[in-house]
Amino acid sequence: MESTIVKAENYNSYFGDNHVVKDVNISINKNEVIAVMGPSGCGKTTFLRGINRMHELIPNATSKGKILLDGENVYDMNAIYVRSKIGMVFQRPNPFPNLSIYENVVAGYLLNGLKISKADKDVIVEKSLTSAALWKEVKDSLHKKGTFLSGGQQQRLCIARAIAMQPELILFDEPTSALDPISTSSVEALFHELKTNYTLIIVTHNMQQAARVSDRTAFFYMGELVEFDDTKKMFTNPADQRTQNYITGRFS
Amino acid sequence: MTPLEIEINGVKKELINMWILVQSQLNKAKDAMVLFDKDLAREVLVKEKRVNAFELKIDRDCENVFALHCPVAIDLRFLLAALKINTNLERIGDIAAGIAKYVVDSSVNFDAAAMESTSMIRMYDEAVNILTDTRSAFEKEDTVLARSIFKRDDVLDDINDNAPITVAEVIKKDIESLPEALYILSIIRKLERVGDQSKNIAEEIIFYVEAKILKHYESSRLGLTDEEQ
Repeated sequence: MESTIVKAENYNSYFGDNHVVKDVNISINKNEVIAVMGPSGCGKTTFLRGINRMHELIPNATSKGKILLDGENVYDMNAIYVRSKIGMVFQRPNPFPNLSIYENVVAGYLLNGLKISKADKDVIVEKSLTSAALWKEVKDSLHKKGTFLSGGQQQRLCIARAIAMQPELILFDEPTSALDPISTSSVEALFHELKTNYTLIIVTHNMQQAARVSDRTAFFYMGELVEFDDTKKMFTNPADQRTQNYITGRFS
Repeated sequence: MTPLEIEINGVKKELINMWILVQSQLNKAKDAMVLFDKDLAREVLVKEKRVNAFELKIDRDCENVFALHCPVAIDLRFLLAALKINTNLERIGDIAAGIAKYVVDSSVNFDAAAMESTSMIRMYDEAVNILTDTRSAFEKEDTVLARSIFKRDDVLDDINDNAPITVAEVIKKDIESLPEALYILSIIRKLERVGDQSKNIAEEIIFYVEAKILKHYESSRLGLTDEEQ
C-alpha cells in the first residue's frame, strides 16, 4: 500500500519580498522517485531546499506553510535532525577535500559529534558504499582522499555520504549536470536501486532523465506547481498546456 | 520554430503529398475502370512505385526524429500516428494498383449497368470522399470530421455486405458476364478495405490530437462524442 512520506501543504518560500514558491501542495509516497522539472527560476530548487530546511540558511529567506515528514511538520523539528533524516546531493560532487573516502562517508557522524565505534563505522562505510554502487571500485583505497575519484565516483561518494545517515528521503539537486554521459548513466542506474530503500526527489533540467528515472514528475513554472502526475502520462499526454509547451520545447 | 517543429512539419508535408498521390491513384484507377483505359491503368501501376518510395522516406524520417529529437507528448503522438497513417496510405495505394491491374488484365469492358446495379460506382465515390475528408481532418486537426468517418464507413460496409446478392443478380441476367462480375465483386471487396484503412487513419488522427485511443472500440460507438457515450 502506498504511504505518504512527505507532504507540502500550502508551502511558500520567499527571498525578501520575492515570492519564489507559491502555495505548493504535493504528496509524495514512500519509495517513489519524483522528478521536479521546470525552467530556470521557476522555484524548483528553492522548493527542494525548503523540504530539508536549507532554504532558511540564506539571509532574508523565509517560508510559510507546512512540510510534513511522516506527518510531522519539519518546521516544528530541530533543523539538524531534519537534515539528517533528509539527505541531499548537490549539482557538483562535493566530497570534503581533506577527508579520505572512508571519512567522507561517515562525515555526517563526525561533524555532528556523534560517537560511534570503529566496527560500526566499518559497517556503515561498507553498506553505504555498496548501496551507492561504489564499494567494489574503492574498497582497496578507502583511505585515499575522496577528491582522487572521478566526477561520477565523487558524486556516488556524496550519495553514500547521504545514505550513511540512514535518511528517509534523499534530495538531489541536478545531480548529474556536471557529469559525463557514462557517469550520468551509472548515477541513474543507482536511482533505480536506491528506490528500494529510499524515497528520492530529483530536480533536473534534463527532461529525458526525468522521463527515464522517475515514477512521477512535478512541473514548476513561475513558482507554481503546475502539474504533478505519473511520469508516463506527463510525457505522453500532459494535462496542462504549459507543461506540454515546456516538454516539447515550445516554451517562450 | 524549434528544430523538432521543423522536422515534424516536414513529416506532415510529406504525408500530405503522399495522401494527394494516393487519392490521385485511386481516382485514376476508377477512371481507367469506367473508361476501360488500359494506358491510364498502366500509369497507376507505374506510379505505385512512387507511393512505395514515399512510405520508405516517411518511415526513415520518423526514425531519424525519434533518434535525434526524443519527441514527447503531442510530438510523440504525432510521430506514432504518422508511422501508422503512412502504412495505411501505402495499403490504399496497393488497392488502387490492384484495381488498375484488373483493368489491365481484363479482356472485356466493365458493363456500366452492372457497375450501377451493384452500387460499385457509388461505393467508389464514397471511398474517395472518405479518404479526402480524412486528409482534411489530418491537415486541420479536426477530430469532429475524423469521427464522422466511422459512420460513413458503414455505407461501404453495407454495399460490401450486399455484394454477393447484387453480383449474383448480374450473373443471373447474363452468365457470359461471369468474369466481369467477379472482377466487380473483387473491386467491391477492395473498396471496403479503403474504408477500413480510412477508419484506422481517423483513429490515429484522434489519438494524435486528443490522446484518445479508439482502437478496438465497438464501431457503433466510435462516432459518438464523450458526452454521448
